[in-house]
Amino acid sequence: MNYKWEMTIGIECHVQLATKTKLFSPADNDARDREPNTTVHPIDFGLPGMLPVLNWHAVELAMKAGKALNSEIAEVSRFDRKHYFYPDLPKGYQTTQMYEPIILAGYIDIPLEGGVSKRVRIHHAHLEEDAGKLTHFGDYSLVDLNRAGTPLIEVVSEPDIHSPAEARAYANELYLLMTYAGVTLGDLYHGNMRFDVNISVAPKGSIELGKRAEVKNLNSFRSIEKAVEYEFKRQVELLERGERVVQETRGWNDDKQITTSQRSKEDAQDYRYMPDADIPPIVLTKEEVAKVQESVGKLPPEYRSEFTNLGVDESVVNGLLSHQSYARLVSEVLAKNQKAARRVANWIASSLNSDEVGVAEATVSVGDLLDLAEMVEKAEITSNAASEIFNDLMRGSKNPRKLAEEKNLLQVSDEDEISRIVDSVLADGSSKKAVSDIMAGNDKAIGFLVGQVMKLSKGKANPGMAQKMIREKLK
Amino acid sequence: MKISDFKPNNAVESVTQALEKLEKLKDYNITISTTAERALDRAEQVERGEITGRLAGVPFLAKDNFLVFGSPTTAASKMLASFNAPIQATAIEKLEAEGAICIGKTNLDSFAHGGSTENSAYGPTLNSIDKTRVAGGSSGGSAVAVALDIVPFALGTDTGGSIRQPASFNGVVGVKPTYGAVSRYGVVAMASSTDCIGCFTSNSSDAELVIDIMSGKDVSDMTTLDDFFKPCESSSKTKKIGLVKNMINDDVDEDVRQRIYNLAERLKSAGYTIEDVELPMADYAVAMYYIIVPAEISSNLARYDGVRYGYRSDSSSLAELYGRSRDEGFETENKRRILIGSYVLSSGYFDAYYQQAQRARTLLCQEFDRLFESYDVLLSPVAPTSAFKLGEKTTDPIKMYLADTMTIPASLAGLPALSVPAGNTEEGLAVGAQILGNRGRDSDLLALAKEIEALW
Repeated sequence: MNYKWEMTIGIECHVQLATKTKLFSPADNDARDREPNTTVHPIDFGLPGMLPVLNWHAVELAMKAGKALNSEIAEVSRFDRKHYFYPDLPKGYQTTQMYEPIILAGYIDIPLEGGVSKRVRIHHAHLEEDAGKLTHFGDYSLVDLNRAGTPLIEVVSEPDIHSPAEARAYANELYLLMTYAGVTLGDLYHGNMRFDVNISVAPKGSIELGKRAEVKNLNSFRSIEKAVEYEFKRQVELLERGERVVQETRGWNDDKQITTSQRSKEDAQDYRYMPDADIPPIVLTKEEVAKVQESVGKLPPEYRSEFTNLGVDESVVNGLLSHQSYARLVSEVLAKNQKAARRVANWIASSLNSDEVGVAEATVSVGDLLDLAEMVEKAEITSNAASEIFNDLMRGSKNPRKLAEEKNLLQVSDEDEISRIVDSVLADGSSKKAVSDIMAGNDKAIGFLVGQVMKLSKGKANPGMAQKMIREKLK
Repeated sequence: MKISDFKPNNAVESVTQALEKLEKLKDYNITISTTAERALDRAEQVERGEITGRLAGVPFLAKDNFLVFGSPTTAASKMLASFNAPIQATAIEKLEAEGAICIGKTNLDSFAHGGSTENSAYGPTLNSIDKTRVAGGSSGGSAVAVALDIVPFALGTDTGGSIRQPASFNGVVGVKPTYGAVSRYGVVAMASSTDCIGCFTSNSSDAELVIDIMSGKDVSDMTTLDDFFKPCESSSKTKKIGLVKNMINDDVDEDVRQRIYNLAERLKSAGYTIEDVELPMADYAVAMYYIIVPAEISSNLARYDGVRYGYRSDSSSLAELYGRSRDEGFETENKRRILIGSYVLSSGYFDAYYQQAQRARTLLCQEFDRLFESYDVLLSPVAPTSAFKLGEKTTDPIKMYLADTMTIPASLAGLPALSVPAGNTEEGLAVGAQILGNRGRDSDLLALAKEIEALW
């Protein structure tokens, strides 16, 4: 915490849309693990005479994103051309929405530690196409246009963020919203969401903001947090030495955990924006928008309040939300049985902690989970056994009762059988001391005897019954 | 030469004759390339009955900014000298589907920038009537090909008059349909908001057939309109014609004015009502056009950078690669327009120039709308002069731009317009009359043009 300086942060995020084809061409939009320049249509290649054909699925995903961002969708939006020369930009311009974006102002509430949340306003979000990729080798560079024309929405926040933790939480919540709404596959490793973080520093309480630096192309939540921490420190040090912060673009060096200067804004390019006359305006009625947005399921904020009401830890809630399939599962169980939902929530959280199960698309049935919870409830299995069966279910197994039988995990609750086992434990020489301790009023020793019963029953005896019975027999 | 003169069973002969005639008239510099082999192949297929349709066995030429399978598409530039089209324009597809046979590609001003076909990297095309004069442009090669009876129709593009003006200079029919009537897919773009695909023919009935075939919605061009074009037998819809007075002012050659007044008189005698009208915003049309169109040119020509295809200069850095490839690959007029366009789009000037021009364009459209409430068709000259001398305007771009004064308004408003022969000057040079209609009224214009042809 710094008591003298305050940071102000705005974040732009490029979200790659989960469409089958590109924004303006029929080329495959999924270029992961593809040879360079194999998912390129003449339109993406910028051949003479080629014209863009707008992919309506991208427009629908933008409408869904708008819902997740609590934004209005523009009744009329348009495409513009942003011009610059670079070998990864085949047409010499990027088709984007400069003047009339499809997604208007909105907000997202980001959860912070301790159950508090903070509202970050969204300035707007617009549709645009991605550029290709250059790889530099000594005195030459190679161009890969696979990504050229990939549909993106760029989500632009207001400068409402004021700490590394908030920046991280914003990015994380945006990720959850966009994946839950089905807008993106959210493959961060492949750059499905890339963040540009604008950060400036000013004396606390100052109305005027400082000069900002933009750290470009961050693609993990951790790097966002670290880059903000680093930039704050760097800028404060400059200001305290009486120097000035240069408005510039900076890159993040993940190995060294530092930002480095890339390009000064003073020699910023003039992009010569102009309307794109090849693409008619997108005109949407309220009814059309409502119909598309109807298919967006429950979003993280709704799940979050459901799970918080369930009475589980904040860390459990976050664990559940980290995978939409988990959240959906717990929510469905919750609709039937709250107590069972709490158990399922904790099973998921502990399996996430132990890294035991990495199932993103859980296919487990709600019925099986309810059965499993009921078995624990009725003491037919121990909670350890339940965790084990739960993990089997998450790996694709079915029918928890059958699993418990096969694994011999069902507890023995038959009084006669437990009575027989208790008798033989009490009769055993090794129990002598414990028995006399209990008789002398030292109740703690009962644990040892119950343990012996469990050992002899190979863990299947109902420990509650065993304890009760030992007490009765020694009375 | 009429389309109906061509028969499917003579396809090979028709193609051979057209190619021979082209060779014989080589000094006019009509074509940049011919595709004899592919044309003869297709002609044989037509003769065998494997290809049928309304244009079966009819040879045609396309301006060299249309992408045609198996032929280079140079746009009359060094930039695309080596470019072979891997895809084909929708307009060509539709004509070929009806059995037409493309025999080659015609000369134009480089990237269609010009009004005389003198800006071609392959030399000028000569006027069909007087070889010391320009063909007009930018679709000069196509106009001359039809005027000299090489083919019964040829394709052109019209962004500000590039079909109508050379049609006027060579005494043939030239049609620019409503913006969006014919797909622009596969045609080298000049200005996206005014580029139109059209044709040259010796008579209006043939133009009607060609436009009917080429027009219609194309999924590859989002700006195309649903197919509205319906050839009609009579011009019964046209009763009232407005003669645009401020397009027949003192800047127009006396000879040209006389031809238009003469036509107006004949139309009056034929029972039409002719009234003088004013289109004041048209006086600003050249100014608007030479802001909006260069802006779009600077954008559409940004892709020619020497990186992926086309002309590439030797260079030692990326900046040099861009600079030299574009400097050496483009003609002077291309560069002039790219510079103007980049200037009017640059930050600080965008609103003062580009946006202002677009606002003026809206006013022009509104003037047209008001006129079309009272008039079915507007009449004017196509150009202020008949064909001018080669070299006469090449040193003065403004003079050259002003030659487009009468054709530009329809382009900016997206209206259909055509040039129909209206007689000759005393020197024997051709003069065309321009008739303009409201959006979607293309067939009415052609019906009227047919009646005009019958007046002589």
